[in-house]
Amino acid sequence: MGNVFPPGFAALEPFADWAVRGERARYAKRVSSTMEELQAFYDVAYPLLRQNTEYLENLSLDDIGDQDKHLLWAFCALVTVAFPVEAWGQPRVPDSGPSSIDAVIEPAV
Amino acid sequence: MAHFPKPAEGSWTEHFKIDTGPVSYADSISPEFYEQERDAIFRRTWLNVGRVEQLPRKGSYFTKELDAARASVVVVRGSDGEVRAFHNVCRHRGNKLVWDDYPREETKGTCRAFTCKYHAWRYDLEGKLTFVQQESEFFDMDKSKYGLMQVQTEVWEGFVFVNLDPENSTPLKAYLGKFAQGIDGYPFHRLTRVHKYRAEIGSNWKLFIDAFAEFYHAPILHAGQYEAGEAAKIKKYGYEALAYDVDGPHSMVSSWGGIAPPKEKAMVKPIERVLRSGLFGPWDAPDIGMTTEELPPAINPTRSEVWGMDSFVFFPNFMLLIWRPNWVLTYHYWPTSYNTHIFEGTCYFVPPKNGFERLQQELAAVTFKEYGLQDGNTLEATQTMLESRTVDQFPLCDQEVLLRHLHTTAQSYVHDHRQRGSTASAS
Repeated sequence: MGNVFPPGFAALEPFADWAVRGERARYAKRVSSTMEELQAFYDVAYPLLRQNTEYLENLSLDDIGDQDKHLLWAFCALVTVAFPVEAWGQPRVPDSGPSSIDAVIEPAV
Repeated sequence: MAHFPKPAEGSWTEHFKIDTGPVSYADSISPEFYEQERDAIFRRTWLNVGRVEQLPRKGSYFTKELDAARASVVVVRGSDGEVRAFHNVCRHRGNKLVWDDYPREETKGTCRAFTCKYHAWRYDLEGKLTFVQQESEFFDMDKSKYGLMQVQTEVWEGFVFVNLDPENSTPLKAYLGKFAQGIDGYPFHRLTRVHKYRAEIGSNWKLFIDAFAEFYHAPILHAGQYEAGEAAKIKKYGYEALAYDVDGPHSMVSSWGGIAPPKEKAMVKPIERVLRSGLFGPWDAPDIGMTTEELPPAINPTRSEVWGMDSFVFFPNFMLLIWRPNWVLTYHYWPTSYNTHIFEGTCYFVPPKNGFERLQQELAAVTFKEYGLQDGNTLEATQTMLESRTVDQFPLCDQEVLLRHLHTTAQSYVHDHRQRGSTASAS
């Protein structure tokens, strides 16, 4: 079985289940995860994002391959996960109670 | 502390001649008042229902549920390229004409004609009735009399508006007034990358506009969005707008730039540092064909060097936010009852050129959502306590001038509508 992510992102392979298409699905995964799970993904993904800015800047979105698509989805998941890890200390937004806001239109990648 | 100058009267509220006394919010907790708003406001004013990019070719259509106006409309680009809107009602037996599995859910697509699910009456893209099942069974059927009911439709800068009142003869641009005139020429057509969010909110529609028509709450309610040390500093600094303005029922607030990019990187969270993006959008503005200084005159009206964004409130329920880093956010508030509404927040970006820009836009959109979740839940708390009627007089400060203007405007629409009704019944 091939790698989910492009060469150079092997450290992300154990977190391949975070390469989820769509903000709505990524947010659902975030709120159904524990802080330990979110922190573990963040600890691996954040340094990879920081070190690979140039790779991403050179990544064309036209005719994007599956591995790069998975990489972008995983980093989009990191964006979502950054809120609990860096700000909230919990998977849900504090004081958001029963309220929800759902993505209804979003980019294909 | 006075970070920015105010009008000669000493306050924005007095400058615009709006009452400075406490407000009651009775207009947000009364089922009777809401019923009057439906006729006085939502069936009489220009409502933004979408953008022309949603209708890319002949036959493209989308439906919009206007519960407050007791209407559903189908907006379509005709075979002549014109954008039109029709009441979404079949002329035969009154079935909703265009819908998918769930009658109350909005839909979109492309078609050559609209065919009713019930008995297959068919209408062309211009609304003309073209086919009647077993036509010979009808009684002297003149199909030309049974076209779809057309709704006034106009487009301003790519924003499609409808007006359900056939007697309202005010053209859209005249209604939108000086703010729209001063925004003309902004390159909205370049901002075609869309992230749209939707929420069902347990509050009156005006209370959510209140939340987004002032930024005075941001350092408090959203303090957790900042680094801890910075949150304390920002709270101490407080919030003042660069300027407020009012034009008829509409209003605007012009705001300073805050944290995009921040003076010190320590101000923002690590994800913002690495992606150079956040609530204020991606820090590196994409090319939209004009510089900040060249933006149309209603945008950054004070021509402040520290300008960050403008927020226009087009009455009743359309808000347009134009951000310094060349992106746009719109808010719509669609009432479904006196204490519920559907909120839509839509981010418009220049299409990203690469993976990094894609992630910058994701962070801006998701940050907006995280803030919105905090606002949405606060509103439900506000609505229930207002409805308790424990307190019925609430003071508002000068940074909340647009709130006063909104509630005063809604009340005057309802008052004028009542007056017309009583005049009509007396004559």
